[in-house]
Amino acid sequence: MRSFQQRLSKFDARGIRVVGISVDPPDINRRQAQKSGYTFQLLSDAKAEVIRRYDVLHRGAGPKGADIARPAEFLIDSSRIVRWVKLTENIAVRARPEQVLTAFNQIEPAGR
Amino acid sequence: MKRQWNWLIWVGFVVAVAGLFSYGFFVRFPITRDFPWANLLLFGIGGALLIVGLFRAFGRPQLYRGKIFGSILTAIALFLFGLFSYEIFYVLRQVPLSANAPRLGEKAPDFMLLDQNEQPVGLGDLLSGSRAVVLIFYRGFW
Repeated sequence: MRSFQQRLSKFDARGIRVVGISVDPPDINRRQAQKSGYTFQLLSDAKAEVIRRYDVLHRGAGPKGADIARPAEFLIDSSRIVRWVKLTENIAVRARPEQVLTAFNQIEPAGR
Repeated sequence: MKRQWNWLIWVGFVVAVAGLFSYGFFVRFPITRDFPWANLLLFGIGGALLIVGLFRAFGRPQLYRGKIFGSILTAIALFLFGLFSYEIFYVLRQVPLSANAPRLGEKAPDFMLLDQNEQPVGLGDLLSGSRAVVLIFYRGFW
């Protein structure tokens, strides 16, 4: 997410919102945003309901066997259609902001 | 005649240990995180130095020290490398398949969640005034 923060102006310029979703409660998210300088929103899905709805639950992978989200990224257009997905097979390998920007440029040619 | 200090063994051990503990640093950059080549390189250099050091210790014991501590340090370094490989090549790859995740062209499920200021935010809110939204699901910091 650090890399998305670094490229956030490119997302802003294209009118793309960036949000993070995890099981962390809002106060942890507030602290994390301050600590890491994240200016995009961090949403709290403490009961992992949305995480389940998107089928990105990682059962028992959190502290004390808690259910958490597995890393996953979705690009959703204004009609709520999924336009790009990254479901990593390796926790260390995450989507890079450039991949999302490239995908967006392909679906929305400049100057629509 | 006093035998020489076998510095290759010590340097090799320190470099191998650095291969493990530098992961917290290299993981910050995608180029060294997607594949941990920097850590594996350190392990490789450390291992090579240890092997040369051990060859000296066992091949010319009258000249070089380190038969016993060299073997111990090499065993520890091998153990650390095994631990690292297990984490990197096995544990990190135990990710659920997510076969039912929304696919390309499908409608994204709606939601309503609290942001870091305890304000409810829905998919519609994120998309109002935006051309698209990137949802980044992450493991969390706890």
